[in-house]
Amino acid sequence: MTLDTVKHAESTPDTEQPYRELGLKDDEYQRIRDILGRRPTDAELAMYSVMWSEHCSYKSSKVHLGYFGKTTTEEMRSKMLAGIGENAGVVDIGDGWAVTFKAESHNHPSYVEPYQGAATGVGGIVRDIMAMGARPLAVMDALRFGAADAPDTRRVLPGVVAGVGGYGNCLGLPNIGGEVVFDPTYIGNPLVNALCVGAMRVEDLHLAHASGTGNKVILFGARTGLDGIGGVSVLASDTFSGDETGPGRKKLPSVQVGDPFTEKVLIECCLELFQKRIVVGIQDLGGAGLSCATSELAAAGDGGMHVVLDSVPLRAKGMTPAEILSSESQERMCAVVRPSDVDAFMAVCAKWDVTATEIGEVTDTERLVITWHGEVVVDVPPRTVAHQGPVYHRPIERPADQDDLQVPASLPRPQASELRDLVVRMAGSHNLASRRWVTDQYDRYVRGGTVLAQPSDSGMIRIDEETGRGVALSLDSNGRYCKLDPYEGAKLALAEAYRNVAVSGATPVAVTNCMNFGSPEDPGVMWQFEQAVRGLADGCVELGIPVTGGNVSFYNQTGTTAILPTPVVGVLGVIDDVRRRIPTGIGAEAGETLILLGDTRDEFGGSEWAHVVHGSLSGLPPKADLAREKLLAEILRSGSRDGMVSAAHDLSEGGLAQALVEACLIGQTGARVFLDPDQDAFVQLFSESAGRVMVAVPRTEELRFTDMCSARGLPWRKLGVVDPDAGALEIQDIGTFTLDELRTAWESTLPALFD
Amino acid sequence: MARVVVDVMPKPEILDPQGQAVAKALPRLGFQGVTEVRQGKRFELEVDDDVDDETLTKIASGLLANTVIEDFTVRRVES
Amino acid sequence: MTARVGVITFPGTLDDQDAARAVKYAGGEAVSLWHADADLRGVDAVIVPGGFSYGDYLRCGAIARFAPVMGPVIEAAAKGMPILGICNGFQILCEAGLLPGALVRNSAMHFVCRDQWLKVDNTSTAWTTRYDQGAEILIPLKSGEGGYVAEKPALDELEGEGRVVFRYAGGNPNGSLNDIAGITDARGRIVGLMPHPEHAIDALTGPSDDGLGMFFSVLDALVAA
Repeated sequence: MTLDTVKHAESTPDTEQPYRELGLKDDEYQRIRDILGRRPTDAELAMYSVMWSEHCSYKSSKVHLGYFGKTTTEEMRSKMLAGIGENAGVVDIGDGWAVTFKAESHNHPSYVEPYQGAATGVGGIVRDIMAMGARPLAVMDALRFGAADAPDTRRVLPGVVAGVGGYGNCLGLPNIGGEVVFDPTYIGNPLVNALCVGAMRVEDLHLAHASGTGNKVILFGARTGLDGIGGVSVLASDTFSGDETGPGRKKLPSVQVGDPFTEKVLIECCLELFQKRIVVGIQDLGGAGLSCATSELAAAGDGGMHVVLDSVPLRAKGMTPAEILSSESQERMCAVVRPSDVDAFMAVCAKWDVTATEIGEVTDTERLVITWHGEVVVDVPPRTVAHQGPVYHRPIERPADQDDLQVPASLPRPQASELRDLVVRMAGSHNLASRRWVTDQYDRYVRGGTVLAQPSDSGMIRIDEETGRGVALSLDSNGRYCKLDPYEGAKLALAEAYRNVAVSGATPVAVTNCMNFGSPEDPGVMWQFEQAVRGLADGCVELGIPVTGGNVSFYNQTGTTAILPTPVVGVLGVIDDVRRRIPTGIGAEAGETLILLGDTRDEFGGSEWAHVVHGSLSGLPPKADLAREKLLAEILRSGSRDGMVSAAHDLSEGGLAQALVEACLIGQTGARVFLDPDQDAFVQLFSESAGRVMVAVPRTEELRFTDMCSARGLPWRKLGVVDPDAGALEIQDIGTFTLDELRTAWESTLPALFD
Repeated sequence: MARVVVDVMPKPEILDPQGQAVAKALPRLGFQGVTEVRQGKRFELEVDDDVDDETLTKIASGLLANTVIEDFTVRRVES
Repeated sequence: MTARVGVITFPGTLDDQDAARAVKYAGGEAVSLWHADADLRGVDAVIVPGGFSYGDYLRCGAIARFAPVMGPVIEAAAKGMPILGICNGFQILCEAGLLPGALVRNSAMHFVCRDQWLKVDNTSTAWTTRYDQGAEILIPLKSGEGGYVAEKPALDELEGEGRVVFRYAGGNPNGSLNDIAGITDARGRIVGLMPHPEHAIDALTGPSDDGLGMFFSVLDALVAA
């Protein structure tokens, strides 16, 4: 096969090119020809196709994501050191520390090969955090699977869990929390959203800029092989089944295998490089491999770069330039280094036994020029590859059946005599049961900084060992609420993540997201997406905290059936001393008073009760009240600061009943609870009204705490007392549950399904 | 009864971190000249004589190997 | 003078900073040792910490045992220097022949991270004098290949000489023979265990501070020497 050089392309304008197979539309291909003034070479076509894919270019979501920027005020932005558009958002948390965090989806690869798909999902997000100059400190994962008892869930879930654990554990990053949710719509479309959080000194922030003409471009980490060639444009594109070839090669598996050991060494190597200040710019190699790294680095810097592709260390024989540029081999990074620092750079890499190769240099030509065997195979304006991809205004239409969906079905409610059994049944239901079977496969202790981890409402790590400053994180979403009302549903996801951070005693400061939806070519899905973006952005304005970054995953659907719209929201909070953290379990002090904060309304739309008992999804989700959430967070912060709160647990799916069961089991302590005689017992126990938290308050602080709530206008009701001697949860007029009975119900569900 | 050996190897184009780790260790131990190591699995099955090759292939492709990332070979050996 | 305790870092070691922190909490001086240097930098004791050295791809600890630093460790061990292997470190000490037996895949076939009760069965080693015989302590266990196995004669010898240091209490998490969580050499100077005492030095970040006793014990032993 002759090499398709730029010269060759100029002389053969009419050669037919497989752009459709690479996921490009006719008009997109024509635009490339217009930009270049000729047909693209094979290598250029590979670059454009992968960079202009939905996954890399955000072409369907861009017009909507702009709403985040538009609604973020200067005040909200005040603590942000980097935001949307960088590898990850960065927030100033005080004491000279900057914290960076981001979530990313690896959904379809995790369906194809659950272990490796999930593992490389973790690996990818960790490199994003490294590319900001930070030390990765912890990971979290939000997972969605088909029905828990579906045969394919038995294949996918254990593989995904082992992959998240296998990679994260070997990397030495504690897994501090996340979610596992089952719903039949995720069969064939599991969601694997991984989050990583890292920290650095404020002055060490590295942005991916390739400035400084003459600076060297160094590729380091693993060798480049035939992994996931075309994976991004084909896998994350509309068909999932295209001809997975670069030009001229037989079908290859679009799966990447992760090597966490190489990544661990790469982390230590990078951190030493950062510490020695010998890196001008750095970029991870993610979905679009070298295509992405070189075009983004060049576009962000002085505008030009020359890359000698022959120097890229290869793992496979006979790779073409197009294949090298689109390879998704894992555990690779690309750095820009001053010529005088190259030797020092190489010495650090040698110490860690990391392969490092100079592959090019920064130029001021405004062109990205790539040569192969001395011939030019790529000559493009880098911004056209990295940032000027197509932008689509997809049709949007509220689904015709949305109105019907929002009419609440008439669901028979339980008799008073049935409530006791219902508490136990709900505690053991698929979505409410203990996640221990999953989380016990994750190392939560490594690095010695984990203060809270699953099953706490949020994960918390210590950042500064001297001052005790730390951060708390929570990832949340409820696809059922979002299906009923994506605007309100996204707000509810934000509200819950915010509340989960607040109940730990931390102050929520920033938001990230991972938007998982069906096909953007379906106007109904686009409506869900638009509504969710608006709900999330408007919610952030109400709370006064910014969205610092995010990720969009479309095409999560089989045939015409899309997944539940699932905007996973991550909230980061700051706590100035982790010793003040509020645990989830009760029983730290004998005789604590249990107090319920917030209002309970008759709200069962999208509830777990409707799902478990009636298999029903209808009506409207609970109302989100973000002003109330803010007040709750302030009360909890005061409570934490002044030692007034000894435990706190947020009320969400499953309502008060589930919160009581969990607080007792996590704290291994019983309680005596009495319900409000003036309100329906079923509503009190199982309604999912938002903006509610259950707190345990030392008896000596009870009056001071409730006076504070009353003064600030936060409704509260005394629920009962913690009873360490009882070994049981007693709910007056409903029944007594021994902790053993509750534990069996709560903890045996997942082992029975997956062991 | 017959003995069947199923060898499962990572596909040639798939990264094999295990093999790579061994290959990197050998020179440190003073063994030169080994340019590549790939690590796989070997299964030994005792099967009744009426189990045909097609069934064995199904066993290998359906359970023993993950055909997304692994190749396999099935052979009958003297028991 | 405070005792100097070396903590080895191999490529893929994860819990080295945590082991160093535990030494400091107990009042000792932690000294970093690098796998590629055949030099113990004058330390008085050595900790081989947890992690996945070289990815643990071949067998846990199988490649690390050949690292240059292990030469002087084996020599020092012969002279009675206190050595502690935690998790992957325990596996490395077994592969290096400093402790008998081996660690195999957990019986449940997956990684287990949990707060684990241990019973202290031997309080005379360099690393366990601060505990009471039969005491129960709560320590994190986090490993995928933590099942202790040994051939019958070796196991009989361990049991006969009272060299089982820790046993799992309240359920065997990984299928270890005789519920063995940790063992010692014939002289009681080398100890290996699968659970992580360095993650139980402060109730803020661990389930308890029960692990600190091991680090206090070795500092006692070194000061007394």
